[in-house]
Amino acid sequence: MQASTKVAERTATGGSGDPVAILAFTGDISSTSKDTILDSYKGLGATAAKVLLDFRGVDYINSSGIAIIIQLLLEANKAGHRTIGIFGLTPHFNKVFTMVGVAKYATISPDEATALGKL
Amino acid sequence: MRNGSSVEVRLPSELGFEKVAMCTAAGMAALMGFSEDRIEDLKTAVAEACINAMEHGNQLNEESPVGVILSRSDDQLEVRVIDDGQGVSEAPHSPDIDRKIAGDEGPRGMGMFLIQALVDEAEWHKGPPGKSYVRLVIRLAKNGEGESI
Repeated sequence: MQASTKVAERTATGGSGDPVAILAFTGDISSTSKDTILDSYKGLGATAAKVLLDFRGVDYINSSGIAIIIQLLLEANKAGHRTIGIFGLTPHFNKVFTMVGVAKYATISPDEATALGKL
Repeated sequence: MRNGSSVEVRLPSELGFEKVAMCTAAGMAALMGFSEDRIEDLKTAVAEACINAMEHGNQLNEESPVGVILSRSDDQLEVRVIDDGQGVSEAPHSPDIDRKIAGDEGPRGMGMFLIQALVDEAEWHKGPPGKSYVRLVIRLAKNGEGESI
């Protein structure tokens, strides 16, 4: 009975002038979101060195969903050259992401303009 | 809502139904006057407790329901999430993000940590089938300070 996750991809320009790939999530992020999220991330071109994750359209996240984001960060870390930013979390999930350590491997910003400014 | 009022919910062990318990807990906490941020803490803790009960306690057997009992007293809301499993024997541990990113530790395994971090009390009780439960307590004034974490 879990709601599906949708991912829309677009591009923007970061504060440094570099292109930034944005993955905008909508729906729930839970255990069933794994393939949708990781496949969309892996589908980004090798030249996408900076990636933003947009959570504005997310209704529900649980620990299995956070684990998928951590797995995405693991993939980015393996790639070695990808910088990940996050924005659009509610204050509660901003706190939760920080509690579990995500903020150590991804910048967390309140909105898109701030997030882009950091990249 | 009177002191001692309680609500019981029975959920099938199917992922997604934890949102029913989450919304019930949120509604009850709102009636008691909890702040928005404390309600968000409670929602996540209740959802994680239900997911653990479904996945680990009941092995996602849809014929084994998860029981959720919410009880209010003067200044706190207690939630018991009951399953048919053997109970939890290990204490919650803080996730090690460095080990997870290095691939030395699985990315999952944060549910119990979140539960303990987000509510004022969290206890795991082992018991025979149908008697294992996690007990969560959230107080109107967190640890007597009226502050949220």
